[in-house]
Amino acid sequence: MSEHSTSLYAARVPIFPRRVSGFYRNLKWWIMGLTLAVYYITPWLRWDRGPNLPDQAVLVDLANRRFYFFWIEIWPHEFYFVAGLLVMAGLGLFLFTAALGRVWCGYACPQTVWTDLFLMVERWVQGDRNARMRLRNAPMSPRKATLLGTTWTIWLLIALATGGAWVFYFTDAPTLARDLVAFQAPGVAYMTIAILTATTFIFGGFMREQICIYMCPWPRIQGAMMDEGTLTVAYRDWRGEPRGKGLRRREAASDLRVTGPQIGGRSPLIPMPGVRDTKIVGAAPAPASIAGPGDCIDCNACVNVCPMGIDIRDGQQMACITCALCIDACDQVMAKIGQPRGLIDYVALSDAPREAAGGAPIPAWRHAMRPRNFLYTGLWSLVGILLVVALFVRPDIEMTVSPIRNPTYVALSDGSVRNVYDVRLLNKHGEARQFLLSPSLGPDLTLQIEGQPGNTLTVPADTQQLTRVYLTAPPGSEAAAEDRTELRLWVVDLEGGERAHVDTVFNGKGTQ
Amino acid sequence: MSKRRIDDVTGTETTGHEWDGIEELNNPLPRWWLWTFYGTVAFSVVYMILYPAIPLINGATGGVLGWSQRGDVAAEIAAVDAAQADMRASLTEVDLAAVSLNPELLSFATNAGAAVFRTNCSQCHGSGAAGALGYPNLLDDAWLWGGTLEDIAYTVRHGIRNEVDPDARYSQMPAFGEMLTEEEIATLVAHVQSLPEGQDPLAGPGGELFDMNCSSCHGLDAQGDRFLGAPNLTDAIWLYGNSDDQLTEVITEGPFGVMPPWGGRLTEAEVRAVATYVHGLGGGETQVGENDNIE
Repeated sequence: MSEHSTSLYAARVPIFPRRVSGFYRNLKWWIMGLTLAVYYITPWLRWDRGPNLPDQAVLVDLANRRFYFFWIEIWPHEFYFVAGLLVMAGLGLFLFTAALGRVWCGYACPQTVWTDLFLMVERWVQGDRNARMRLRNAPMSPRKATLLGTTWTIWLLIALATGGAWVFYFTDAPTLARDLVAFQAPGVAYMTIAILTATTFIFGGFMREQICIYMCPWPRIQGAMMDEGTLTVAYRDWRGEPRGKGLRRREAASDLRVTGPQIGGRSPLIPMPGVRDTKIVGAAPAPASIAGPGDCIDCNACVNVCPMGIDIRDGQQMACITCALCIDACDQVMAKIGQPRGLIDYVALSDAPREAAGGAPIPAWRHAMRPRNFLYTGLWSLVGILLVVALFVRPDIEMTVSPIRNPTYVALSDGSVRNVYDVRLLNKHGEARQFLLSPSLGPDLTLQIEGQPGNTLTVPADTQQLTRVYLTAPPGSEAAAEDRTELRLWVVDLEGGERAHVDTVFNGKGTQ
Repeated sequence: MSKRRIDDVTGTETTGHEWDGIEELNNPLPRWWLWTFYGTVAFSVVYMILYPAIPLINGATGGVLGWSQRGDVAAEIAAVDAAQADMRASLTEVDLAAVSLNPELLSFATNAGAAVFRTNCSQCHGSGAAGALGYPNLLDDAWLWGGTLEDIAYTVRHGIRNEVDPDARYSQMPAFGEMLTEEEIATLVAHVQSLPEGQDPLAGPGGELFDMNCSSCHGLDAQGDRFLGAPNLTDAIWLYGNSDDQLTEVITEGPFGVMPPWGGRLTEAEVRAVATYVHGLGGGETQVGENDNIE
């Protein structure tokens, strides 16, 4: 380490993860397929809402300020639903982090999923780890240019599809697709696609682990949310150490390995000064009392498959996204040398002292049964239930009435008194509806709707309509003479029959 | 910087910086970060050349693109002006009564008229158009000179009793203080106050005075005459109030309310817009009265 000169900046050391197979790899393939399918297919799902509303199942209609999610339609004033979903997302993150550590990073984060996809392409075109390392070190040749060009072309196509899929969430997908191809789509669509294509291509193809280590805040936050009961990917050093390979295994018992901070790339470790006691899984030298070599044969399979280029045997570290591929790699090796699986495994920090002392491993589900996790689950469910309740008790008719107060009333030539109200009526239905308005003070007051005869007004489909309504109290009536009269304005949906009311006031001449 | 050192506790190289025994660890930043930083520096240099950037004593450097926020606003105003040109043209051309038949034009005229009203009319008629003592309320159904669209547009265009526009609506109520005694005026005040309650305008001693002095303008039925701007005295609207003192003053002095002509200051489209707005406030009349003079 002291050979190279001190530099405050380090170039990226490329990582060539080896292919691996096993339970977690299969799980990751399934999750990748599912998440990518959800992302690409969702905007193309249709949902019939009638002739006047869009038929896209999931649509963020920014221009018309509507959010459609299958049978649910959210208006801007109902944005608390989105706030509630964000609260649920936050609590869900707390729950998963407390129970399973950085499981989001390892399985579901778009950066992980797309990097995995890009790695798959890279491996498919250029070959596995060794072939890719050879290719990188080889001088430029037609073959190298072809392979790199093919890889990058496929990456670019995936990136284009990724950026392209995003814009479909914001407008009718089939229409936009046609417009995009015909170069008639709005400029902002092309701009969004260009930016997302570029970020996908660069982040997934070239920056990869740099995003997680240097740009993402999550690795820094995780330390505050995990505890000693959290299941995370770790190396059972009490079982593996002292490590050694081949014939030298016999000598290894006395040759304890000193852990360096930057093994396998230049990924920085979280400095953990207290790491050398037995409370935390780490690369601490095994207790001297253990006789003979450990199970780790130092084959580096775990390092070679790691997409972050780290050595899990160094212990918990910021750069580990807990993708669990090292578990698969190690399990394969353990099977070959006839040792039980799980030298690298999902374990909790609290397992270390017990297992090191010879205790039996605790099953994973027992780790999940902790008060903290129950609390998070409870809160998460509570918010979810409240949201569902709020969804079902949403009023069908929404009306607001604001009296115009400049002036508060108008005296007419026959001595009657007129008040003016701005009435906003929401029609959430897919077709135009007629509403009947009536004031509670009965025959005393005449109601007139601006610009039309009668007491009914028609609100077009999926619209909030502002209408001016005049209420007139005849000369000598109580409402005309009093300063303020309480008043209730009723509205009836003539088709659906729902009623709603708003309390307001009628201003009269009062005592002048 | 000369001596390279590995920190004992963390195993990390130090930068060689040391203060009172506290050493700085060298966890190197990625090189792409450095290049990104250089990129932002280069961007800022280009930006400073292209856009206004460096503050000087009187203003700032202009930037070679010549861009300014003020220019943006001017361009936006010009764009809106251009976009509204068609609307203004059709507002000027169509028959005023036909404006309400075209919802788009009506909406444009009402909104534009509201802006014109706030700027030019609200000083006297109030921001809510409710008027004040001596300044007519434009929300009610009483009109001195007529409440159809054409009447209102004419009033806006030429004004009332001003010396500027020869076509201004004109009339003058005499100061009866020079002709009638105080007793006669007091009798007349009481008589006029009783008119809205159904009192016969020509009955009694007040009716005699009314017949001789007032009926030529306000009419034998006291319902006024829009041709002369003479108010209806049988309704509940009193421009100058109907207390004893207020009516005494009106009859003694003779009111002379002036409204300036707006035809020269507003464009024809603006006059028509504000007429449409005022007409739509709740008191606008649709029928053309027999006494109305239409331009």
